[in-house]
Amino acid sequence: MSHLLREHAPITAAGWDRIDQEARERLTPALAARKLIDFAGPHGWQHSAMNLGRTQRVTKPPAEGLTAVQRLVLPLAELRAPFAVSRAELADADRGAEDIDFAALDAAARALAVGENTSVFHGWKGAGMTGIAQASTHRAIALGEDCERYPLHVAKAVEALLSAGIDGPYGIALGPVAYTRVLETSEHGGYPLLEHLREIAGGPLVWSPGVDGAVVVSLRGGDFLFDSGEDISIGYLAHDADAVQLYLEESFSFRVVTPEAAVPLSP
Amino acid sequence: MGFDQYHEPPDELPAATRTFARLCASLTEEAEAIGWYEQRLAVESDAEAAAIMRDAQGEEFKHFSMDLEFLLRRTPLWREIAQGILFQGGDIVAHGEAAEESAVEGAADRGEPLAGSESLGIGGVRAVAS
Repeated sequence: MSHLLREHAPITAAGWDRIDQEARERLTPALAARKLIDFAGPHGWQHSAMNLGRTQRVTKPPAEGLTAVQRLVLPLAELRAPFAVSRAELADADRGAEDIDFAALDAAARALAVGENTSVFHGWKGAGMTGIAQASTHRAIALGEDCERYPLHVAKAVEALLSAGIDGPYGIALGPVAYTRVLETSEHGGYPLLEHLREIAGGPLVWSPGVDGAVVVSLRGGDFLFDSGEDISIGYLAHDADAVQLYLEESFSFRVVTPEAAVPLSP
Repeated sequence: MGFDQYHEPPDELPAATRTFARLCASLTEEAEAIGWYEQRLAVESDAEAAAIMRDAQGEEFKHFSMDLEFLLRRTPLWREIAQGILFQGGDIVAHGEAAEESAVEGAADRGEPLAGSESLGIGGVRAVAS
């Protein structure tokens, strides 16, 4: 049995299938960062740190005549989103009910996806992670509310990346507010703005809950590294007669290798 | 009741692995039955008896195929390798080698779960540039 203790939950195999499937369906569209950066792993629950390949001097070696350095690593952080599932709903799922209430699971999945995206794009100071937008060496371009100017902003971002010698194609992580504006907009002649922006970037436009404004990133690879320990899993906490307490969990770390490979677009 | 389909203590196996093992055992039984009917048909001279056995063998084809589809759905890497081999013309061995190489390398790139992991298996979902 793994540390997730799934076997202790009063949930049938069919019930677990439904829970896992619901989580996958909710998480996959919302995990925007994974669509734009390099994903390494999963390396397992016991994987604890990302190798940075760097050292720091240790000022007092253990004996005379020695020099010493200490390896620097970026520890993985664990994110957990607890939720409850009604045992009556699970019993109905076993009877074949299709409309099971997984509202708490859906909310937990969204919270975890937002947490992961925020860590990657805007950083997670408490866990020592610097976000792509924070690390960028380019001046942020103001996105604003005027959608008709979005192609101009994205073109400027692409030009800034090219000027810095960062090859494409490029992808755009677009926060939910800006994404909705883009979806609703057709330019003169009825051409969808979404398509126009994709053509400028040469890559995908990704709906990114947790992103403030937008970020244009190079997709050439090697610039943004996500190190996964345990990929998103569902574990068991406790249960009573009415509900089972579960949680979504993952361990990961993230670092920016090439700060100039992204341009933030502020809201 | 025997538990021959398990090679490890059943109490230590996750429920999903026990189900997987049961379906693997079922797949083996269906394949054996298909082989037995094939042999019986080869020696049966009574046309009416042969027709019944052909019908029964058809049932086993169906059961084998359903077992296989279930197992492939639960094992993305197996499914990907099978897609490169099944229902293809040409050299079966060559298709097998190519499918395995492509699928295993692709799985690593996508961040597919470690063997025995109980994760959701989402991994990397890098978008393809247009």
